[in-house]
Amino acid sequence: MTEQLRELYQQVILDHNRNPRNFHELEHATKKVDGYNPLCGDHYTIYVEIDGNTIKDIGFTGNGCAISKASASVMSATLKGSTIAEARQLFDVFHKLVTGEPGSLSTAELGRLAAFSGVSEFPARVKCASLPWHTLNSAIEGDKETVSTE
Amino acid sequence: MTTATGTLPRSASLIQDFLDVDRIRDDFPILHHPVRGGRALVYLDNAATTQKPRQVIDRIVRYYSEENSNVHRGVHYLSEVATDAYEKARTTVKRFIGASDEKEIVFTRGTTEGINLVAQSWGRKNVGAGDEILITAIEHHSNIVPWQLLCEEKGARLRVAPVNDSGELVLEEFARLLTPRTKLVAFGHASNALGTINPIRKMIGLAHAAGAVVLIDGAQGVPHLHIDVRDLDCDFYAFSGHKVYGPTGTGVLYGKEAILDAMPPWQGGGDMILSVSFEKTTYNALPYKFEAGTPNIEGVVGLAAALDYVSAIGIDAIATHEQDLLHYATKRLLAVEGVRIIGTAAEKASVISFVLEGVHPHDIGTILDQEGIAIRTGHHCAQPLMMRFNVPATARASFAMYNTREEADALIVGLQKVMELFR
Ligand SMILES: Cc1ncc(COP(=O)(O)O)c(C=O)c1O
Repeated sequence: MTEQLRELYQQVILDHNRNPRNFHELEHATKKVDGYNPLCGDHYTIYVEIDGNTIKDIGFTGNGCAISKASASVMSATLKGSTIAEARQLFDVFHKLVTGEPGSLSTAELGRLAAFSGVSEFPARVKCASLPWHTLNSAIEGDKETVSTE
Repeated sequence: MTTATGTLPRSASLIQDFLDVDRIRDDFPILHHPVRGGRALVYLDNAATTQKPRQVIDRIVRYYSEENSNVHRGVHYLSEVATDAYEKARTTVKRFIGASDEKEIVFTRGTTEGINLVAQSWGRKNVGAGDEILITAIEHHSNIVPWQLLCEEKGARLRVAPVNDSGELVLEEFARLLTPRTKLVAFGHASNALGTINPIRKMIGLAHAAGAVVLIDGAQGVPHLHIDVRDLDCDFYAFSGHKVYGPTGTGVLYGKEAILDAMPPWQGGGDMILSVSFEKTTYNALPYKFEAGTPNIEGVVGLAAALDYVSAIGIDAIATHEQDLLHYATKRLLAVEGVRIIGTAAEKASVISFVLEGVHPHDIGTILDQEGIAIRTGHHCAQPLMMRFNVPATARASFAMYNTREEADALIVGLQKVMELFR
Protein backbone atom coordinates (compact mmCIF):
# COMPACT_ATOMS: atom_id res chain seq x y z
CA MET A 1 0.00 0.00 0.00
CA THR A 2 1.53 3.32 -0.99
CA GLU A 3 1.65 6.31 1.34
CA GLN A 4 -0.51 8.25 -1.12
CA LEU A 5 -3.22 5.59 -1.01
CA ARG A 6 -3.26 5.69 2.78
CA GLU A 7 -3.60 9.46 2.57
CA LEU A 8 -6.51 9.06 0.16
CA TYR A 9 -8.37 6.32 1.98
CA GLN A 10 -8.07 7.68 5.51
CA GLN A 11 -9.99 5.97 8.30
CA VAL A 12 -12.60 8.71 8.37
CA ILE A 13 -13.35 8.10 4.69
CA LEU A 14 -13.48 4.32 5.03
CA ASP A 15 -15.72 4.68 8.05
CA HIS A 16 -18.14 7.12 6.43
CA ASN A 17 -18.21 4.93 3.31
CA ARG A 18 -19.12 1.88 5.36
CA ASN A 19 -21.59 3.69 7.60
CA PRO A 20 -22.74 6.80 5.80
CA ARG A 21 -24.44 9.38 8.05
CA ASN A 22 -27.76 10.95 7.07
CA PHE A 23 -28.07 8.38 4.29
CA HIS A 24 -31.79 8.73 3.73
CA GLU A 25 -34.42 10.90 2.13
CA LEU A 26 -35.79 13.87 4.05
CA GLU A 27 -39.49 13.96 4.61
CA HIS A 28 -39.57 17.73 5.06
CA ALA A 29 -37.02 18.62 2.41
CA THR A 30 -37.43 22.11 1.01
CA LYS A 31 -35.13 21.28 -1.87
CA LYS A 32 -33.88 18.14 -3.57
CA VAL A 33 -31.11 18.09 -6.21
CA ASP A 34 -29.56 15.26 -8.25
CA GLY A 35 -25.81 15.18 -8.72
CA TYR A 36 -24.33 13.05 -11.42
CA ASN A 37 -20.84 12.17 -12.61
CA PRO A 38 -21.30 10.73 -16.09
CA LEU A 39 -17.69 9.60 -16.23
CA CYS A 40 -18.01 6.98 -13.52
CA GLY A 41 -21.74 6.80 -12.98
CA ASP A 42 -21.74 8.28 -9.45
CA HIS A 43 -25.23 9.47 -8.70
CA TYR A 44 -26.57 11.12 -5.56
CA THR A 45 -29.69 12.94 -4.53
CA ILE A 46 -29.19 15.53 -1.84
CA TYR A 47 -32.11 16.68 0.30
CA VAL A 48 -32.03 19.84 2.40
CA GLU A 49 -34.46 21.39 4.75
CA ILE A 50 -33.75 25.10 4.88
CA ASP A 51 -35.40 27.29 7.47
CA GLY A 52 -34.66 30.95 6.91
CA ASN A 53 -30.88 31.15 6.90
CA THR A 54 -30.26 27.79 8.53
CA ILE A 55 -29.75 24.33 7.06
CA LYS A 56 -31.95 22.48 9.49
CA ASP A 57 -31.41 19.05 8.04
CA ILE A 58 -29.55 17.27 5.24
CA GLY A 59 -30.00 13.78 3.86
CA PHE A 60 -28.74 11.97 0.81
CA THR A 61 -29.36 8.83 -1.19
CA GLY A 62 -27.55 7.30 -4.14
CA ASN A 63 -24.57 5.37 -5.21
CA GLY A 64 -20.93 5.90 -5.97
CA CYS A 65 -17.34 5.32 -4.94
CA ALA A 66 -16.00 5.51 -1.40
CA ILE A 67 -14.67 9.03 -1.91
CA SER A 68 -17.95 10.49 -3.12
CA LYS A 69 -20.06 8.65 -0.58
CA ALA A 70 -17.82 9.61 2.34
CA SER A 71 -17.77 13.17 1.06
CA ALA A 72 -21.57 13.34 1.01
CA SER A 73 -21.70 11.80 4.46
CA VAL A 74 -19.09 14.08 6.04
CA MET A 75 -20.66 17.09 4.35
CA SER A 76 -24.08 16.28 5.73
CA ALA A 77 -22.74 15.76 9.24
CA THR A 78 -20.69 18.95 9.08
CA LEU A 79 -23.33 21.27 7.67
CA LYS A 80 -26.36 20.10 9.57
CA GLY A 81 -27.46 23.05 11.66
CA SER A 82 -25.08 25.56 10.11
CA THR A 83 -26.09 28.78 8.40
CA ILE A 84 -26.09 29.23 4.65
CA ALA A 85 -23.22 31.68 4.94
CA GLU A 86 -21.16 29.08 6.83
CA ALA A 87 -22.01 26.44 4.23
CA ARG A 88 -20.85 28.73 1.42
CA GLN A 89 -17.62 29.37 3.23
CA LEU A 90 -16.98 25.65 3.84
CA PHE A 91 -17.80 24.88 0.21
CA ASP A 92 -14.95 27.19 -0.70
CA VAL A 93 -12.65 25.68 1.92
CA PHE A 94 -13.41 22.16 0.73
CA HIS A 95 -12.86 23.06 -2.90
CA LYS A 96 -9.43 24.48 -2.10
CA LEU A 97 -8.59 21.45 0.00
CA VAL A 98 -9.32 18.84 -2.68
CA THR A 99 -7.75 20.80 -5.51
CA GLY A 100 -4.59 21.42 -3.50
CA GLU A 101 -4.90 25.18 -3.34
CA PRO A 102 -3.59 26.76 -0.17
CA GLY A 103 -6.47 27.38 2.25
CA SER A 104 -6.88 29.60 5.24
CA LEU A 105 -7.86 26.93 7.77
CA SER A 106 -5.50 24.74 9.78
CA THR A 107 -5.94 20.98 9.97
CA ALA A 108 -7.51 21.38 13.41
CA GLU A 109 -9.97 23.94 12.10
CA LEU A 110 -10.83 21.68 9.16
CA GLY A 111 -11.91 18.92 11.54
CA ARG A 112 -13.40 15.94 9.73
CA LEU A 113 -12.93 17.65 6.37
CA ALA A 114 -9.17 17.21 6.77
CA ALA A 115 -9.69 13.55 5.87
CA PHE A 116 -10.01 14.68 2.26
CA SER A 117 -6.58 16.28 2.13
CA GLY A 118 -5.18 13.28 0.20
CA VAL A 119 -7.59 13.74 -2.69
CA SER A 120 -5.57 16.52 -4.31
CA GLU A 121 -2.86 13.98 -5.16
CA PHE A 122 -5.40 12.09 -7.29
CA PRO A 123 -6.63 14.44 -10.03
CA ALA A 124 -9.02 11.78 -11.35
CA ARG A 125 -10.77 11.67 -7.97
CA VAL A 126 -11.27 15.38 -7.28
CA LYS A 127 -14.66 15.28 -8.97
CA CYS A 128 -15.72 12.36 -6.80
CA ALA A 129 -15.04 14.36 -3.65
CA SER A 130 -16.59 17.56 -4.89
CA LEU A 131 -19.75 16.14 -6.50
CA PRO A 132 -21.85 16.17 -3.27
CA TRP A 133 -20.69 19.70 -2.45
CA HIS A 134 -21.55 21.01 -5.90
CA THR A 135 -24.91 19.35 -5.62
CA LEU A 136 -25.58 20.89 -2.24
CA ASN A 137 -24.38 24.25 -3.45
CA SER A 138 -26.93 24.10 -6.19
CA ALA A 139 -29.64 23.17 -3.67
CA ILE A 140 -28.74 26.21 -1.58
CA GLU A 141 -28.43 28.61 -4.48
CA GLY A 142 -31.61 27.08 -5.83
CA ASP A 143 -30.86 27.38 -9.53
CA LYS A 144 -30.82 23.80 -10.80
CA GLU A 145 -32.35 20.41 -10.21
CA THR A 146 -29.55 18.37 -11.71
CA VAL A 147 -25.82 18.89 -11.40
CA SER A 148 -23.28 17.17 -13.57
CA THR A 149 -19.52 17.14 -13.17
CA GLU A 150 -18.95 17.24 -16.93
CA MET B 1 5.86 -8.80 -7.75
CA THR B 2 6.44 -5.66 -9.76
CA THR B 3 9.91 -4.54 -10.63
CA ALA B 4 11.23 -1.21 -11.69
CA THR B 5 12.72 -2.45 -14.93
CA GLY B 6 9.37 -2.78 -16.61
CA THR B 7 9.48 -6.53 -17.22
CA LEU B 8 7.72 -9.08 -15.13
CA PRO B 9 9.29 -12.44 -14.37
CA ARG B 10 7.96 -15.09 -16.67
CA SER B 11 7.00 -18.57 -15.48
CA ALA B 12 7.51 -21.79 -17.38
CA SER B 13 3.80 -22.03 -18.06
CA LEU B 14 3.98 -19.98 -21.20
CA ILE B 15 6.60 -22.08 -22.89
CA GLN B 16 4.00 -24.18 -24.69
CA ASP B 17 2.24 -21.04 -25.80
CA PHE B 18 1.86 -20.29 -29.48
CA LEU B 19 3.29 -16.83 -29.13
CA ASP B 20 6.74 -15.70 -28.22
CA VAL B 21 5.34 -13.17 -25.77
CA ASP B 22 8.78 -11.95 -24.70
CA ARG B 23 9.63 -11.02 -28.25
CA ILE B 24 6.26 -9.40 -28.75
CA ARG B 25 6.69 -7.38 -25.57
CA ASP B 26 10.06 -6.20 -26.87
CA ASP B 27 8.21 -4.65 -29.81
CA PHE B 28 6.10 -2.42 -27.55
CA PRO B 29 8.25 0.37 -26.07
CA ILE B 30 5.56 1.60 -23.69
CA LEU B 31 5.45 -1.75 -21.86
CA HIS B 32 8.99 -1.04 -20.68
CA HIS B 33 8.30 2.48 -19.59
CA PRO B 34 7.72 2.57 -15.83
CA VAL B 35 4.65 4.25 -14.38
CA ARG B 36 3.72 5.66 -10.95
CA GLY B 37 7.19 6.14 -9.59
CA GLY B 38 9.03 3.25 -11.15
CA ARG B 39 6.48 0.49 -11.31
CA ALA B 40 6.22 -1.90 -14.22
CA LEU B 41 3.15 -1.19 -16.28
CA VAL B 42 0.52 -3.92 -16.26
CA TYR B 43 -1.70 -2.74 -19.06
CA LEU B 44 -5.09 -4.43 -18.93
CA ASP B 45 -7.16 -1.76 -20.65
CA ASN B 46 -6.83 -3.06 -24.16
CA ALA B 47 -10.52 -2.92 -24.98
CA ALA B 48 -10.25 0.86 -24.60
CA THR B 49 -7.16 1.09 -26.76
CA THR B 50 -4.16 -1.10 -27.47
CA GLN B 51 -0.52 -0.11 -27.24
CA LYS B 52 1.48 0.34 -30.43
CA PRO B 53 4.42 -1.76 -31.58
CA ARG B 54 7.66 -0.13 -32.73
CA GLN B 55 6.79 -1.19 -36.27
CA VAL B 56 3.81 1.17 -36.24
CA ILE B 57 5.62 4.03 -34.50
CA ASP B 58 8.60 3.71 -36.86
CA ARG B 59 6.34 3.63 -39.87
CA ILE B 60 4.77 6.94 -38.88
CA VAL B 61 8.19 8.47 -38.23
CA ARG B 62 9.35 7.26 -41.65
CA TYR B 63 6.24 8.70 -43.26
CA TYR B 64 6.98 12.14 -41.86
CA SER B 65 10.72 11.86 -42.40
CA GLU B 66 10.61 10.70 -46.00
CA GLU B 67 7.15 10.67 -47.55
CA ASN B 68 4.95 13.43 -46.20
CA SER B 69 2.77 15.19 -48.75
CA ASN B 70 -0.91 15.57 -49.52
CA VAL B 71 -2.54 12.69 -51.36
CA HIS B 72 -4.40 12.56 -54.68
CA ARG B 73 -3.45 16.15 -55.47
CA GLY B 74 0.06 16.83 -56.63
CA VAL B 75 2.12 15.88 -59.63
CA HIS B 76 5.31 16.02 -57.65
CA TYR B 77 7.37 13.16 -56.34
CA LEU B 78 6.33 13.23 -52.70
CA SER B 79 2.68 13.46 -53.53
CA GLU B 80 3.07 10.31 -55.56
CA VAL B 81 4.90 8.53 -52.75
CA ALA B 82 2.31 9.55 -50.15
CA THR B 83 -0.62 8.63 -52.41
CA ASP B 84 0.98 5.29 -53.11
CA ALA B 85 1.48 4.56 -49.39
CA TYR B 86 -2.09 5.63 -48.62
CA GLU B 87 -3.60 3.48 -51.36
CA LYS B 88 -1.38 0.51 -50.53
CA ALA B 89 -2.79 0.73 -47.02
CA ARG B 90 -6.25 0.33 -48.52
CA THR B 91 -5.12 -2.85 -50.21
CA THR B 92 -3.68 -4.10 -46.91
CA VAL B 93 -7.02 -3.50 -45.20
CA LYS B 94 -8.92 -5.11 -48.06
CA ARG B 95 -6.85 -8.29 -47.75
CA PHE B 96 -6.98 -8.25 -43.96
CA ILE B 97 -10.77 -8.38 -43.84
CA GLY B 98 -11.33 -10.32 -47.04
CA ALA B 99 -13.11 -7.60 -49.03
CA SER B 100 -13.47 -7.95 -52.81
CA ASP B 101 -12.21 -4.57 -53.86
CA GLU B 102 -10.42 -1.46 -52.61
CA LYS B 103 -13.57 0.50 -53.48
CA GLU B 104 -15.25 -1.15 -50.53
CA ILE B 105 -12.73 0.23 -48.02
CA VAL B 106 -13.56 3.71 -46.71
CA PHE B 107 -11.10 5.24 -44.26
CA THR B 108 -12.73 6.93 -41.28
CA ARG B 109 -11.72 8.36 -37.91
CA GLY B 110 -12.92 5.21 -36.20
CA THR B 111 -15.85 2.91 -35.59
CA THR B 112 -18.00 5.78 -34.40
CA GLU B 113 -17.55 7.72 -37.60
CA GLY B 114 -18.19 4.63 -39.74
CA ILE B 115 -21.50 3.95 -38.02
CA ASN B 116 -22.55 7.60 -38.25
CA LEU B 117 -21.67 7.59 -41.94
CA VAL B 118 -24.00 4.67 -42.56
CA ALA B 119 -26.76 6.17 -40.40
CA GLN B 120 -26.58 9.55 -42.10
CA SER B 121 -26.04 8.44 -45.68
CA TRP B 122 -27.64 5.03 -46.10
CA GLY B 123 -30.09 5.56 -43.27
CA ARG B 124 -31.47 8.92 -44.36
CA LYS B 125 -32.05 7.60 -47.83
CA ASN B 126 -33.53 4.23 -46.94
CA VAL B 127 -35.27 4.56 -43.58
CA GLY B 128 -38.68 6.18 -43.34
CA ALA B 129 -41.59 6.69 -40.98
CA GLY B 130 -42.77 3.43 -39.43
CA ASP B 131 -39.60 1.55 -40.37
CA GLU B 132 -37.57 -0.23 -37.73
CA ILE B 133 -33.90 -0.56 -36.87
CA LEU B 134 -32.87 -3.49 -34.74
CA ILE B 135 -29.89 -3.47 -32.38
CA THR B 136 -29.02 -5.57 -29.33
CA ALA B 137 -28.79 -4.91 -25.61
CA ILE B 138 -24.98 -5.11 -25.51
CA GLU B 139 -24.26 -2.24 -27.88
CA HIS B 140 -21.71 0.49 -27.26
CA HIS B 141 -23.24 3.98 -27.22
CA SER B 142 -21.74 4.56 -30.66
CA ASN B 143 -23.97 1.80 -32.04
CA ILE B 144 -27.05 3.17 -30.27
CA VAL B 145 -27.06 6.95 -30.54
CA PRO B 146 -26.56 7.31 -34.33
CA TRP B 147 -29.63 5.10 -34.82
CA GLN B 148 -31.63 7.03 -32.25
CA LEU B 149 -30.84 10.26 -34.08
CA LEU B 150 -31.91 8.71 -37.36
CA CYS B 151 -35.10 7.25 -35.91
CA GLU B 152 -35.98 10.58 -34.33
CA GLU B 153 -35.49 12.41 -37.59
CA LYS B 154 -37.43 9.88 -39.67
CA GLY B 155 -40.12 8.76 -37.28
CA ALA B 156 -38.68 5.26 -37.34
CA ARG B 157 -38.50 2.92 -34.38
CA LEU B 158 -35.44 1.49 -32.63
CA ARG B 159 -35.92 -2.08 -31.40
CA VAL B 160 -33.55 -3.83 -29.00
CA ALA B 161 -32.96 -7.58 -28.87
CA PRO B 162 -32.39 -8.73 -25.27
CA VAL B 163 -29.57 -10.72 -23.68
CA ASN B 164 -29.86 -13.44 -21.06
CA ASP B 165 -28.23 -13.34 -17.63
CA SER B 166 -24.93 -14.56 -19.07
CA GLY B 167 -24.87 -11.63 -21.46
CA GLU B 168 -25.65 -13.78 -24.52
CA LEU B 169 -28.08 -12.65 -27.16
CA VAL B 170 -31.48 -14.37 -26.97
CA LEU B 171 -31.48 -15.49 -30.57
CA GLU B 172 -35.19 -16.40 -30.67
CA GLU B 173 -36.09 -12.90 -29.53
CA PHE B 174 -33.74 -11.43 -32.08
CA ALA B 175 -35.45 -13.50 -34.79
CA ARG B 176 -38.87 -12.51 -33.50
CA LEU B 177 -38.00 -8.81 -33.66
CA LEU B 178 -37.12 -9.07 -37.34
CA THR B 179 -40.15 -7.99 -39.34
CA PRO B 180 -40.82 -6.69 -42.84
CA ARG B 181 -40.45 -3.21 -41.32
CA THR B 182 -36.87 -3.91 -40.22
CA LYS B 183 -34.68 -1.92 -42.58
CA LEU B 184 -31.35 -2.31 -40.86
CA VAL B 185 -29.86 -4.51 -38.16
CA ALA B 186 -26.75 -3.32 -36.32
CA PHE B 187 -24.81 -5.27 -33.71
CA GLY B 188 -21.41 -5.66 -32.18
CA HIS B 189 -19.15 -8.50 -33.24
CA ALA B 190 -18.03 -8.65 -29.62
CA SER B 191 -19.04 -6.61 -26.58
CA ASN B 192 -16.49 -4.21 -25.10
CA ALA B 193 -18.31 -4.26 -21.77
CA LEU B 194 -18.85 -8.00 -21.25
CA GLY B 195 -16.70 -9.71 -23.86
CA THR B 196 -19.64 -11.65 -25.33
CA ILE B 197 -18.97 -12.74 -28.91
CA ASN B 198 -22.20 -12.60 -30.89
CA PRO B 199 -23.20 -15.47 -33.21
CA ILE B 200 -22.90 -13.03 -36.08
CA ARG B 201 -23.10 -15.56 -38.89
CA LYS B 202 -26.51 -16.74 -37.71
CA MET B 203 -27.62 -13.17 -37.04
CA ILE B 204 -26.60 -12.02 -40.51
CA GLY B 205 -28.45 -14.94 -42.07
CA LEU B 206 -31.63 -14.20 -40.12
CA ALA B 207 -31.47 -10.48 -40.87
CA HIS B 208 -30.94 -11.06 -44.57
CA ALA B 209 -33.78 -13.55 -44.68
CA ALA B 210 -35.97 -10.77 -43.31
CA GLY B 211 -34.75 -8.43 -46.02
CA ALA B 212 -32.70 -6.15 -43.75
CA VAL B 213 -29.27 -4.67 -44.33
CA VAL B 214 -26.65 -5.61 -41.73
CA LEU B 215 -23.98 -3.45 -40.08
CA ILE B 216 -21.45 -4.99 -37.76
CA ASP B 217 -19.66 -2.92 -35.14
CA GLY B 218 -16.33 -4.69 -35.34
CA ALA B 219 -14.43 -2.50 -32.86
CA GLN B 220 -13.93 -5.52 -30.59
CA GLY B 221 -13.97 -8.09 -33.39
CA VAL B 222 -10.96 -7.20 -35.51
CA PRO B 223 -8.43 -7.25 -32.63
CA HIS B 224 -9.36 -10.79 -31.60
CA LEU B 225 -11.03 -12.68 -34.43
CA HIS B 226 -10.35 -13.66 -37.98
CA ILE B 227 -12.54 -11.54 -40.26
CA ASP B 228 -13.70 -12.40 -43.75
CA VAL B 229 -16.43 -9.99 -44.74
CA ARG B 230 -17.23 -11.85 -47.95
CA ASP B 231 -17.65 -15.10 -46.12
CA LEU B 232 -19.73 -13.40 -43.40
CA ASP B 233 -21.80 -11.69 -46.09
CA CYS B 234 -22.37 -8.60 -43.91
CA ASP B 235 -23.28 -5.39 -45.72
CA PHE B 236 -21.21 -3.06 -43.53
CA TYR B 237 -18.39 -3.71 -41.10
CA ALA B 238 -16.87 -0.86 -39.09
CA PHE B 239 -13.79 -0.93 -36.91
CA SER B 240 -11.17 1.31 -35.24
CA GLY B 241 -7.45 1.24 -35.94
CA HIS B 242 -6.45 2.11 -32.40
CA LYS B 243 -7.98 -1.04 -30.93
CA VAL B 244 -5.91 -3.24 -33.20
CA TYR B 245 -2.45 -1.80 -32.41
CA GLY B 246 -2.80 1.07 -34.91
CA PRO B 247 -2.93 4.84 -34.44
CA THR B 248 -5.86 6.72 -32.94
CA GLY B 249 -8.01 8.66 -35.36
CA THR B 250 -8.06 5.86 -37.89
CA GLY B 251 -10.82 3.48 -38.78
CA VAL B 252 -12.37 1.55 -41.59
CA LEU B 253 -15.85 1.26 -42.91
CA TYR B 254 -16.28 -1.72 -45.18
CA GLY B 255 -19.40 -1.70 -47.33
CA LYS B 256 -20.52 -3.88 -50.21
CA GLU B 257 -19.75 -2.03 -53.41
CA ALA B 258 -23.30 -1.97 -54.78
CA ILE B 259 -24.66 -0.59 -51.52
CA LEU B 260 -21.95 2.06 -51.12
CA ASP B 261 -22.39 3.05 -54.74
CA ALA B 262 -26.09 3.77 -54.28
CA MET B 263 -25.48 5.88 -51.16
CA PRO B 264 -25.38 9.67 -51.29
CA PRO B 265 -22.19 11.41 -50.10
CA TRP B 266 -21.96 12.17 -46.43
CA GLN B 267 -19.65 15.12 -46.10
CA GLY B 268 -18.78 17.53 -48.87
CA GLY B 269 -15.35 18.91 -49.68
CA GLY B 270 -12.16 18.25 -51.53
CA ASP B 271 -11.28 14.76 -52.79
CA MET B 272 -14.88 13.59 -52.83
CA ILE B 273 -15.74 15.40 -56.07
CA LEU B 274 -15.03 14.93 -59.76
CA SER B 275 -16.04 18.40 -60.82
CA VAL B 276 -17.59 21.35 -59.08
CA SER B 277 -19.46 24.27 -60.50
CA PHE B 278 -21.87 26.50 -58.64
CA GLU B 279 -24.70 24.87 -60.54
CA LYS B 280 -23.74 21.22 -60.17
CA THR B 281 -21.16 19.02 -58.55
CA THR B 282 -20.31 15.53 -59.77
CA TYR B 283 -19.17 13.19 -57.03
CA ASN B 284 -16.06 11.13 -57.17
CA ALA B 285 -16.06 7.36 -57.49
CA LEU B 286 -15.88 4.95 -54.57
CA PRO B 287 -14.36 5.05 -52.05
CA TYR B 288 -13.35 8.72 -52.45
CA LYS B 289 -16.97 9.82 -52.45
CA PHE B 290 -16.90 9.17 -48.71
CA GLU B 291 -13.48 10.62 -47.96
CA ALA B 292 -13.93 14.38 -48.05
CA GLY B 293 -10.92 16.50 -47.19
CA THR B 294 -7.32 15.65 -46.48
CA PRO B 295 -7.37 12.30 -44.72
CA ASN B 296 -5.32 11.07 -41.77
CA ILE B 297 -2.53 9.88 -44.06
CA GLU B 298 0.00 9.22 -41.33
CA GLY B 299 -2.61 7.27 -39.41
CA VAL B 300 -3.73 5.17 -42.33
CA VAL B 301 -0.14 4.29 -43.17
CA GLY B 302 0.40 3.37 -39.51
CA LEU B 303 -2.78 1.30 -39.50
CA ALA B 304 -1.47 -0.75 -42.43
CA ALA B 305 1.73 -1.37 -40.47
CA ALA B 306 -0.38 -2.52 -37.50
CA LEU B 307 -2.40 -4.94 -39.63
CA ASP B 308 0.82 -6.25 -41.18
CA TYR B 309 2.17 -6.78 -37.67
CA VAL B 310 -0.93 -8.70 -36.61
CA SER B 311 -0.85 -10.77 -39.80
CA ALA B 312 2.80 -11.67 -39.30
CA ILE B 313 2.07 -13.01 -35.82
CA GLY B 314 -1.21 -14.56 -36.89
CA ILE B 315 -4.65 -13.71 -35.56
CA ASP B 316 -5.27 -17.35 -34.63
CA ALA B 317 -2.14 -17.52 -32.50
CA ILE B 318 -3.14 -14.23 -30.89
CA ALA B 319 -6.63 -15.55 -30.20
CA THR B 320 -5.29 -18.75 -28.65
CA HIS B 321 -3.01 -16.79 -26.36
CA GLU B 322 -5.76 -14.35 -25.36
CA GLN B 323 -8.19 -17.17 -24.68
CA ASP B 324 -5.63 -18.79 -22.40
CA LEU B 325 -5.33 -15.51 -20.49
CA LEU B 326 -9.12 -15.12 -20.38
CA HIS B 327 -9.66 -18.55 -18.86
CA TYR B 328 -6.71 -18.30 -16.49
CA ALA B 329 -7.69 -14.84 -15.21
CA THR B 330 -11.36 -15.82 -14.93
CA LYS B 331 -10.48 -18.82 -12.81
CA ARG B 332 -8.20 -16.81 -10.54
CA LEU B 333 -10.73 -13.97 -10.19
CA LEU B 334 -13.52 -16.31 -9.22
CA ALA B 335 -11.33 -17.58 -6.41
CA VAL B 336 -11.22 -14.08 -4.87
CA GLU B 337 -13.89 -13.69 -2.23
CA GLY B 338 -16.61 -11.24 -3.17
CA VAL B 339 -15.84 -11.12 -6.90
CA ARG B 340 -18.72 -11.49 -9.31
CA ILE B 341 -18.07 -11.59 -13.04
CA ILE B 342 -20.61 -9.74 -15.17
CA GLY B 343 -20.82 -11.45 -18.52
CA THR B 344 -20.33 -15.20 -18.51
CA ALA B 345 -21.12 -16.05 -22.11
CA ALA B 346 -19.74 -19.30 -23.48
CA GLU B 347 -18.02 -17.39 -26.30
CA LYS B 348 -16.05 -14.42 -25.05
CA ALA B 349 -13.28 -12.17 -26.25
CA SER B 350 -10.52 -11.55 -23.67
CA VAL B 351 -12.56 -9.06 -21.64
CA ILE B 352 -13.56 -9.59 -18.01
CA SER B 353 -16.01 -7.24 -16.34
CA PHE B 354 -16.38 -7.73 -12.61
CA VAL B 355 -17.63 -6.22 -9.41
CA LEU B 356 -16.25 -6.67 -5.91
CA GLU B 357 -18.72 -6.78 -3.08
CA GLY B 358 -18.65 -3.65 -0.95
CA VAL B 359 -16.12 -1.82 -3.11
CA HIS B 360 -16.99 0.56 -5.90
CA PRO B 361 -15.14 -0.12 -9.20
CA HIS B 362 -13.73 3.41 -9.15
CA ASP B 363 -11.91 2.69 -5.89
CA ILE B 364 -10.61 -0.60 -7.30
CA GLY B 365 -9.26 1.31 -10.29
CA THR B 366 -7.42 3.88 -8.17
CA ILE B 367 -5.84 1.28 -5.90
CA LEU B 368 -4.73 -0.96 -8.79
CA ASP B 369 -3.35 2.09 -10.55
CA GLN B 370 -1.03 2.70 -7.61
CA GLU B 371 0.40 -0.75 -8.34
CA GLY B 372 0.93 0.17 -11.98
CA ILE B 373 -2.08 -1.88 -13.09
CA ALA B 374 -4.29 -0.15 -15.65
CA ILE B 375 -7.88 -1.32 -15.84
CA ARG B 376 -11.05 0.45 -16.89
CA THR B 377 -13.82 1.26 -14.48
CA GLY B 378 -17.22 2.75 -15.19
CA HIS B 379 -20.09 2.01 -17.51
CA HIS B 380 -17.91 1.33 -20.59
CA CYS B 381 -20.12 3.47 -22.83
CA ALA B 382 -22.86 0.88 -22.43
CA GLN B 383 -25.22 2.36 -19.85
CA PRO B 384 -28.31 0.41 -20.97
CA LEU B 385 -26.31 -2.79 -20.53
CA MET B 386 -25.21 -1.78 -17.02
CA MET B 387 -28.87 -1.21 -16.19
CA ARG B 388 -29.73 -4.64 -17.56
CA PHE B 389 -27.30 -6.18 -15.08
CA ASN B 390 -28.31 -3.82 -12.33
CA VAL B 391 -24.82 -2.48 -11.66
CA PRO B 392 -23.92 1.21 -11.86
CA ALA B 393 -20.44 0.36 -13.09
CA THR B 394 -17.95 -2.47 -13.33
CA ALA B 395 -14.21 -2.94 -13.26
CA ARG B 396 -12.90 -4.35 -16.52
CA ALA B 397 -9.66 -6.12 -17.34
CA SER B 398 -9.08 -6.72 -21.03
CA PHE B 399 -6.14 -8.65 -22.43
CA ALA B 400 -4.08 -8.33 -25.60
CA MET B 401 -1.40 -10.39 -27.29
CA TYR B 402 1.39 -8.93 -25.13
CA ASN B 403 -0.22 -9.72 -21.78
CA THR B 404 0.94 -12.61 -19.61
CA ARG B 405 -0.40 -14.90 -16.92
CA GLU B 406 1.95 -13.09 -14.53
CA GLU B 407 0.06 -9.89 -15.24
CA ALA B 408 -3.20 -11.66 -14.43
CA ASP B 409 -1.53 -12.73 -11.17
CA ALA B 410 -0.58 -9.10 -10.49
CA LEU B 411 -4.23 -8.17 -10.90
CA ILE B 412 -5.21 -10.72 -8.27
CA VAL B 413 -2.56 -9.49 -5.85
CA GLY B 414 -3.81 -5.95 -6.44
CA LEU B 415 -7.38 -7.00 -5.69
CA GLN B 416 -6.24 -8.59 -2.47
CA LYS B 417 -4.82 -5.21 -1.47
CA VAL B 418 -8.15 -3.63 -2.29
CA MET B 419 -9.88 -6.14 -0.03
CA GLU B 420 -7.41 -5.49 2.78
CA LEU B 421 -8.10 -1.79 2.67
CA PHE B 422 -11.85 -2.10 2.50
CA ARG B 423 -12.38 -5.05 4.81
C1 LIG C 1 -17.85 -2.23 -29.24
C2 LIG C 1 -17.38 -0.84 -29.55
N1 LIG C 1 -18.01 -0.13 -30.49
C3 LIG C 1 -17.62 1.10 -30.82
C4 LIG C 1 -16.58 1.73 -30.20
C5 LIG C 1 -16.21 3.12 -30.58
O1 LIG C 1 -14.94 3.15 -31.15
P1 LIG C 1 -14.20 4.52 -31.43
O2 LIG C 1 -14.30 5.32 -30.16
O3 LIG C 1 -12.81 4.12 -31.76
O4 LIG C 1 -14.91 5.17 -32.56
C6 LIG C 1 -15.90 1.03 -29.20
C7 LIG C 1 -14.79 1.69 -28.47
O5 LIG C 1 -14.79 1.85 -27.28
C8 LIG C 1 -16.30 -0.28 -28.88
O6 LIG C 1 -15.66 -0.98 -27.93
